[in-house]
Amino acid sequence: MTNATPSAPQPEPVPTITVKINGQSVAVPKTQPHPVTGQMMPTTMIQACELARVEVPHYCYHAKLPVAGNCRMCLVEYGTPALGPDRKPLVNPDGTPVIAKAPNPAISCATPVSPGMEIYTETANVKSIRKAILEFLLINHPLDCPICDQAGECKLQEYSSEYGQAKSQFAEFKVHKPKQVDLGPRILLDNERCILCTRCIRFTRDIVKDDVLGIVNRGGHNAIATYPGTAFDNNYTLNTVDICPVGALTSKDFRFQMRVWFLKETKSLCASCATGCNVVIGSREGRIYRYVPRENDAVNAGWMCDAGRLNYRWIGREDRLKQCLIRQDGAPRPASWKDALAAICARLQSATAGSVAIVASARQTNEELFLLQKIATQLKAVTDSIPRVGAGDSLLVNADKNPNSNGARWLGIAPAELGANLPRVAAGIAKGEIKTLLVLGEEMTRHFGAETLRKLDALIVSDILPNATVSLAHFVLPGCAPAEKRGTFTNARGQVQKFMSAVTPPGEARPELEFLREILAGIGGGEVPGNVEAVFDWMAQVTPAYQGLTWAALGDKGLAAAPTGANQV
Amino acid sequence: MIVKRKPLTFWERLYLPAVIYGFKVTVRHFFKKKVTMQYPEEKWAVPAGYRGAPYLVKDQEDRVKCVSCQLCEFVCPPKAIKITPPGPVPNAALGNVEKGPKEFEINMLRCIFCGFCQEVCPEEAIFLMKDYSLVGLARKDMIYNKQKLLELGGTHNDTIQKWKHK
Ligand code: SF4
Ligand code: SF4
Ligand code: SF4
Ligand code: SF4
Ligand code: FES
Repeated sequence: MTNATPSAPQPEPVPTITVKINGQSVAVPKTQPHPVTGQMMPTTMIQACELARVEVPHYCYHAKLPVAGNCRMCLVEYGTPALGPDRKPLVNPDGTPVIAKAPNPAISCATPVSPGMEIYTETANVKSIRKAILEFLLINHPLDCPICDQAGECKLQEYSSEYGQAKSQFAEFKVHKPKQVDLGPRILLDNERCILCTRCIRFTRDIVKDDVLGIVNRGGHNAIATYPGTAFDNNYTLNTVDICPVGALTSKDFRFQMRVWFLKETKSLCASCATGCNVVIGSREGRIYRYVPRENDAVNAGWMCDAGRLNYRWIGREDRLKQCLIRQDGAPRPASWKDALAAICARLQSATAGSVAIVASARQTNEELFLLQKIATQLKAVTDSIPRVGAGDSLLVNADKNPNSNGARWLGIAPAELGANLPRVAAGIAKGEIKTLLVLGEEMTRHFGAETLRKLDALIVSDILPNATVSLAHFVLPGCAPAEKRGTFTNARGQVQKFMSAVTPPGEARPELEFLREILAGIGGGEVPGNVEAVFDWMAQVTPAYQGLTWAALGDKGLAAAPTGANQV
Repeated sequence: MIVKRKPLTFWERLYLPAVIYGFKVTVRHFFKKKVTMQYPEEKWAVPAGYRGAPYLVKDQEDRVKCVSCQLCEFVCPPKAIKITPPGPVPNAALGNVEKGPKEFEINMLRCIFCGFCQEVCPEEAIFLMKDYSLVGLARKDMIYNKQKLLELGGTHNDTIQKWKHK
């Protein structure tokens, strides 16, 4: 996908042309890449207005989709420099060019700009056009706002109150269309609310290449439908819910769950694969209600896959690990953090060099892996993490299901091929050379078998949900989901991105960084700064791959790391 | 500021004149018309427009009018209202009613009877009624749930009848 390519070699600089928007001169590039084909296309009036930060209301135009030009909401007036009979520009007595105002308004989303063009977005005529368009759009609109999931983030509501009029002159009955139409496993359509902007059709046809949506019936009975015998069921369907400017396409997952104005928005990352799509988590009172993609052209454009978007329910599960456990006389007993960490540190400190192994997870943050690496150095422990491979696709989904495999590699936790050290660890345990195993967030019985793990003197496990490894562990430390902590991941392309915590962890669960630094201090590895920012900055200073990065400089969209040498893939 | 206390005069130190004056007021009120209401045996008839406790109403065809839009929850200044939205699974028992609250609670200990919920409600589903004396033996008794609110609210003669015309 072209608009998600991070730093493709820059083509030669595009010439700029100067246009005037509401009297303000702005220089805009003459051409811009087409959102789907990448081919250079003339800059349109709406793009020029966007660059000049002048709002032009629009429905069908979407910066990441091909232009359709069907809603007419973006109509503006414009003029071009007038030419004399000699084809030379006419000039006013004061030296300014004479502008010939176009007789009719034009849709700004599909009209290219030309040198010297003047665009007027706030004239009385434009205002009355917007009023009229909105009145037309509302003729058959159900005004379902109280039961519509889009209310609060609906462009029809917003533009109606900003540019529309309070009264309708329409006296006839509204056309009724099918409501609650099942388009596919995750999408429910309300045809009465649809304004037929075709964004959903263009998205699935041009971005996903799954051409199943279309418009059926005529005139006022126009409706969105799937091609007969097919369902709207690809891995990107829920993006249409985001780009639908109204509440026509609704997510079955989020439908009637919570009103959007209650949701606290937290900038975060999807942790379901190595792409690391930027997301906004919507939560209220400690419960997560939805993930929506956040725009980042270096990573995910403005999209995310359905599987990643819906992979959040487990965070609120009742059976989350909520307290530390220490095994005594064969049974796990609740313990305080203080006692558990003291016991673990004592165990690790008394271990002979080489008798400890660490299996980290490539789902952990860079900062946590950095501290683990320090712990490993202190204990002369062998480390690795677990590869997690699934199906990928050509749009966003990466076959590597770990969000931070590159972090694990570049911080020296895992070899270039994740998991290559594991047979050595298993053999070490079997031979009795490795007596202590520190496992973070991985189900080790799947890789080593329960019998091998039972041979250990000490199995120290930090995890989020109960599993077979947790039930075998001598020490259990409850950890956090990415949505509950802050940190950074390094994605498949080497983009280092940070995420913020949306909800608080349940019970006594703590972000891993907090207890890892206490373990490091407890085994004589020295004091580590107490916050994520400082750990990141320190890590960036001493790790070649992250050289030059700082937490503050990462911003919302992250920065590219410079991988070095053998570990690069 | 320092206030100087003047010593009492002889007349003031006698006290008796003040006591007698007090008795006079008491005796005068013995023979006046009584203003005290014998509450709770005797109840106050509230004037029209009085804002008492907010309750939910049903329309004349026994449908719950509230659509769980949560505007009242949003506007309520003391956060007395807590609504549980229905979620995506339609309730077949409700016919064509697309959305309604799964649970609706008003904490009457928090409610300040301001009437914002009634004013903001787009469905005319909640009204401040005439009840001003709410009692309960525990805090949790004072959190009225949907069933109780609907029972107390009764039927509202509705002109919108949203779902009838859907
Ligand atoms: S689409 Fe917008 S205007 Fe229409 S009912 Fe939903 S929130 Fe209201
Ligand atoms: S369903 Fe939404 S995105 Fe699709 S055409 Fe209708 S309004 Fe546009
Ligand atoms: S009357 Fe006021 S305080 Fe009471 S529930 Fe309604 S909005 Fe809240
Ligand atoms: S009572 Fe009215 S305002 Fe409150 S949720 Fe129900 S419909 Fe909305
Ligand atoms: S945005 Fe230009 S016609 Fe729809």
